[in-house]
Amino acid sequence: MAIRRGRGVAAINYPTGMNLGGDPTQALVHSTPTGNFMVTLSSVDLGQGMKQIMAQICAETIGVPTDRVIIDTADTDTGPHCMGTFASRGTHRAGNAVIQAAKEARQVMLEVAAEELEVNASDLETDGQGNILVKGAPQKSISIFDVALSAHFKRGRSISGRGMFLIPRSYPEKETGAMKPSTCYAHACTVAEVEVDDETGEVTVLTVKNVFEIGRALNPKMVEQQLVGGSWMGISHALYETTEPYYPNRDHGGTDFNQYLMPGPGDLAETEIIVLERPSADGPFGAKGPGEMCANPQIPAVANAVFDAVGVRIDTLPITPERILRALKVQAAS
Amino acid sequence: MELRKSYFADVRKDGLNEIGQPRPRLDSPGHVTGKTAYFADRNFPGMLHLKMVRSPHHHARIRTIDTSEAEKHPGVVKILTAKDVPHNVYTILILIQIGPEDETVLADGKVRWKGEAVVAVLAETERAAQEAGAKVKVDYEVLPAVFDMEEALKPGAPLVNEYHGQNYYLYDSGECRKVRFGDVEAGFAQADHILEQSYQSSPIEHAPTETTGCVVAPEGNDRFTCYTNTQAMFFTLDNTSIILQMPGSKLHFVGGTVGGGFGGKVDVIVEPIAILGAKLTGRPVCFIYSREEEMQISSPRAAEKVVIKDGVMNDGRIVARKVTGYTDAGAYSRHSPYGAQKGAAHYPGPYTIPNVWIDTYCVYTNRTPSSAMRGFGVTIGDFALEVQMDKLARLIGMDPLEFRFINAYRDGDMKAHRQPTEGAALIECMQEASRAANWPVAEKFMAMSSYKKGA
Repeated sequence: MAIRRGRGVAAINYPTGMNLGGDPTQALVHSTPTGNFMVTLSSVDLGQGMKQIMAQICAETIGVPTDRVIIDTADTDTGPHCMGTFASRGTHRAGNAVIQAAKEARQVMLEVAAEELEVNASDLETDGQGNILVKGAPQKSISIFDVALSAHFKRGRSISGRGMFLIPRSYPEKETGAMKPSTCYAHACTVAEVEVDDETGEVTVLTVKNVFEIGRALNPKMVEQQLVGGSWMGISHALYETTEPYYPNRDHGGTDFNQYLMPGPGDLAETEIIVLERPSADGPFGAKGPGEMCANPQIPAVANAVFDAVGVRIDTLPITPERILRALKVQAAS
Repeated sequence: MELRKSYFADVRKDGLNEIGQPRPRLDSPGHVTGKTAYFADRNFPGMLHLKMVRSPHHHARIRTIDTSEAEKHPGVVKILTAKDVPHNVYTILILIQIGPEDETVLADGKVRWKGEAVVAVLAETERAAQEAGAKVKVDYEVLPAVFDMEEALKPGAPLVNEYHGQNYYLYDSGECRKVRFGDVEAGFAQADHILEQSYQSSPIEHAPTETTGCVVAPEGNDRFTCYTNTQAMFFTLDNTSIILQMPGSKLHFVGGTVGGGFGGKVDVIVEPIAILGAKLTGRPVCFIYSREEEMQISSPRAAEKVVIKDGVMNDGRIVARKVTGYTDAGAYSRHSPYGAQKGAAHYPGPYTIPNVWIDTYCVYTNRTPSSAMRGFGVTIGDFALEVQMDKLARLIGMDPLEFRFINAYRDGDMKAHRQPTEGAALIECMQEASRAANWPVAEKFMAMSSYKKGA
């Protein structure tokens, strides 16, 4: 009887957005009279930080700091339609809609600035700090604050824009299954290292090294929180969770966090995250949706590591100590 | 976390002002100081509490429902049964033309899973609603139940859901969604080795911090405002409009700040019945799942079974892959026909295989209806595929990581569903994992690229 060590690898990809498309999202952007920008949506922030990312996308597109953008979302009386926050679609779909709306608003903003500065709009650029400058002559400039005031009170222009993003729906061909499920895919490769106690069947995940390719990390800190959380969830899925612990008997399912088995802080592995960015052709600034896929590769990586450690395959989730011990017993008998 | 900027630097525009910057989240201070308002922070004078009377049986005919004692319970204001729901039989994906309608808001004549909602009690307090619920008498005739997908698919199995007429979802392609690419039997005939293996999973819970729920307020103008933690505002509004046969213009949904979803809040369960309660009583109504309901009543991830048969050559090439996937929808469709179909699109995984055969089934059993959960249609498939890859590598005596390089998809490769691969990055992820985990692979693999030469 001993503690045995093993490691396993898994490599995966994951589609961004609703399978087969057909999932639209709209956005509206308008400027307040003093040059703050309001983004109106009906998308839902699940806690992952959707509002923050939409603010950064709008800010980058308009050319203002992120704290000049306000997100008003998920009121069906004011926000235009969004299919919803699921299928790793929020950043990709709503982000594209926000860019389109913000571009239209930016164009009006530049036109008003051009009138104020008596130049062509195409000769203007933003400095990202709230100012509009003449290209090549940055001493000739106007603040976005003043442009918004002028647009509203003097020029009678609405600095606003409408955004829409739709991937047309694909219908699978009946006999061959020819179809277009998604326009871009995120990728991952995970190596997990485990210790298995061959007396108790208990698995300790020592390290999880995750490499994720996510198109573009729009906010690296928020990417990190989502990827680390996902990696933990993957370990939980692999080793702990079931709503029917005695299936096919369906009694005694967990009804609270005391009964429903999940890893505690002490059960979580040393987690390493490395991010690669291959911008997607149709993502906002190249972003893909990493929300779901980041919890997937740990499950097979842990399963493969358990085999590497003790030489038994557990092909049924979760990989419980009981299943490992039963398999070891069969292995010893043969 | 580290960003490895050296990969794909030629196709990426760095140096933007706001994008790529680790800006602090503007909503974090509210979250960590308890100032963020969630739907349940709404409290209205005279608000009623809704509690469900649920089926204790996995499969049963309802002979009678007697609510007379419950109605007399102090604090009870209204009791709802199937006949009170204008359009009681619904299915949420009808919005994207995936029918038939197969589920009841409140059970009508039959229950098909243990925990199914039968009677809704509206009372002045949560306790009164709970106590009155215990006084509802339902006379059941217990029917045989089926909890296993293979059993459910056998001739003579108990029929779970009459709206389907058989224990599987009928796609336009037949009993399963199919993908056919190349000639899989010819591939097996040519293979040096064949490996067929079966993988299974259990349902799991989303475990969000905030349980599913809503608070509904009738407005003075004949409209209803529903404060909700749904993941999909208009999806829920439009389904509610169908179930209540109420114009969408009468409905106002407010949400967008949610304490964790993971797919558990894209079913439309609490809002329609709470709005109906508000309509029939003229009072605000809240319906919030207890932790027990969240864990045992709300849809889990589907149990799945995946059978993979592969033909592999001694040099490491996979020449044929046949996958049969089964998704256990439980008693009702919800999002499962979509999930099973997503699986068909995902297989054979991120590998280029010339001969592929995929069948994915959505199966009905008397288990708790499953639905969306982070990665559904793919997560369990990836578990099966990647354990299978490990087994194949060991079968031919090859390093598992090197084996994946040999089969990895690259730009331009044709996928089984007949789309050319674009934007691949699997090879680069594996190269970086090789370095990070100190798992060396042959130099030729480290020199590979997802870009094809000349592409």
